[in-house]
Amino acid sequence: MVHVALKNISKVYPNGVRAVHPTSFDIEQGEFIVLVGPSGCGKSTLLRMIAGLEEITEGELSIAGRVVNDIDPAERDIAMVFQNYALYPHMTVYNNMAYGLRNRGMAKDAIDAAVSTAATMLNLTELLSRRPSQLSGGQRQRVAMGRAIVRNPALFLFDEPLSNLDAKLRGQMRIEIKALQRRLGVTSVYVTHDQVEAMTMADRIIVLNAGRIEQIGTPAEVYHYPASTFVASFMGAPPMNLLPARYNGNGRVHLSDSVHIEAPETVDYSGDIKLGVRPENVGIVDRSHPDALHFDLEFIEELGAGRLLHGKLADSGLIVHIPHTDPIPSGDVYVGLPKSALLMFNPATGARL
Amino acid sequence: MKRASFNQLGLPVWLLLPQLVIIGVFFYWPAAFALRSSFYLEDPFGFGSTFVGLDNYNGLLASAQYVKVAVFTLGFTFLVTFFSLSIALVLAVKADKVIRGTRTYRTLLMWVYAVAPPVAGFLGVMVFYQGNGPMTEFLAWFGYEFRLGVNYYDTAAAMVAVATWNHIPVNFIFFLSGLQSIPQSVKEAAMIDNRSGTGRFWDITFPLLAPTAFFLLIINITYALFDTFGMIDALVKGEPGNNPMTLVYKVYVDGFRGNDLGGSSAQSVILMVLVLVLTVFQFRVMDRRIHYT
Repeated sequence: MVHVALKNISKVYPNGVRAVHPTSFDIEQGEFIVLVGPSGCGKSTLLRMIAGLEEITEGELSIAGRVVNDIDPAERDIAMVFQNYALYPHMTVYNNMAYGLRNRGMAKDAIDAAVSTAATMLNLTELLSRRPSQLSGGQRQRVAMGRAIVRNPALFLFDEPLSNLDAKLRGQMRIEIKALQRRLGVTSVYVTHDQVEAMTMADRIIVLNAGRIEQIGTPAEVYHYPASTFVASFMGAPPMNLLPARYNGNGRVHLSDSVHIEAPETVDYSGDIKLGVRPENVGIVDRSHPDALHFDLEFIEELGAGRLLHGKLADSGLIVHIPHTDPIPSGDVYVGLPKSALLMFNPATGARL
Repeated sequence: MKRASFNQLGLPVWLLLPQLVIIGVFFYWPAAFALRSSFYLEDPFGFGSTFVGLDNYNGLLASAQYVKVAVFTLGFTFLVTFFSLSIALVLAVKADKVIRGTRTYRTLLMWVYAVAPPVAGFLGVMVFYQGNGPMTEFLAWFGYEFRLGVNYYDTAAAMVAVATWNHIPVNFIFFLSGLQSIPQSVKEAAMIDNRSGTGRFWDITFPLLAPTAFFLLIINITYALFDTFGMIDALVKGEPGNNPMTLVYKVYVDGFRGNDLGGSSAQSVILMVLVLVLTVFQFRVMDRRIHYT
């Protein structure tokens, strides 16, 4: 069931800057959508337009079957978690959570019940009478979550909620937020620039670049079948290898005059391409292997769980990820590019062929 | 802050000396002198003085005129503080919402602050002038005859108006910077929690402005009590007669016009105690006030 629908939503600032080009997508009931992209890609603007904090220049936004373009943020039945938590500094934790409920005319015992349920869920019961200044970063983050949860809204909005936390806490909160969202079943839109957060939390990822959607898909789709070179290099660390090559329509991809491999598919295109392959899909093979390509190994990065081999294949940079159980290669190294893991991109437009 | 440490007492004392001398000569010595002369009856022509104990103080408290001036000062201070703070707050809230031309707007409002109190007083005299002052003529339309310097309440109203007008810019600037230091995201979070703009102002904005407002409250009380001297002098043209005046102005009138140095000194001592109380109150509350960080 479609819960949130964006129809040709765009944003043009008064100074003429177009932050978001006409954008359309639907969000299903209970879905966790992550908007991801580099800074300035328009993801926050998009979220703020959904929240009603930013006016929608053109297009139509509906939440739970109601067009909300001209409806106040307070009446859109949404709750938002801000990057710097945005807690009310002069209110106790309890009042921070209760404020939105009081303004909606909820009865006192109902507020008490809602706040204490949320506080128990988030381990905040002991802190209810504290002020935000007496809390740690992680605790403030949980209060901000609590303020959103008590409202029991139709839609949760998260604006980079974890970027102010240290790495360890971020990993932990990531799991907590995801688990909470699963439990409550509330439709959520989550903005981040961190592709790991996007991959781990999303039901579907929307990758944005320069105010346009590059791709919408499940984390696996976005990772394995990126729609463009932008997505290929933005998602994944290290990013997908993009090797300059030629495709002549004869079923072969030429990495150089002498090095060529079988093309992953036949496409109606000929000319220069970018050949994409994820580092972990490149295999180290024996010299005698029919598709063995010479890999000019330059250095090895130790990751613990695996190793990254940096080097050159037909004079283009290539990164190969091998598990730590594999022997450390030395001397002449040969790699194989499995046909099923190869993607071809148009180098001019960046689009996948 | 950097901390310097000195091994001997000599150097720090030398460094502090100019400051200590200035405070001593210009503050403690005259203050001590005032305290002393408040116990004496001074000869108007400077031919000696007689110790009279607390007579000067008793005389003041028994004087209906002194009590009247004290009551006026209280009312004047309250009205000036209330109006200059509330008008400045309204202007600051409006200016905070202005997106274009903010600077011009602020500069225009700040200009008033450059007007010195006596000049403000003269401007007040011109505006409220009995003959053809614009304000007098404006009020005449409504059938009210405004008589500056003749009618006690008319003069008082002009004093309050001029003092308020003159002090709005300072309050405005402090309120505006206070408003702008409230994080945008907190205001946005409130927009999601409360649909009413007025409700948001009283629940979120105003409490977050409270530290600024308290500081300004003290500044404004001090201003209305002491810094309005020049303005009042210009308005009543040095001829107080039946005109309203503040305690500070009365010190001057009694001491220099009435040649009653003893009584005037007693009045200044009372004012000094008042300042002391106000300062202690300010520091007490400032220490206890919650810092929102």
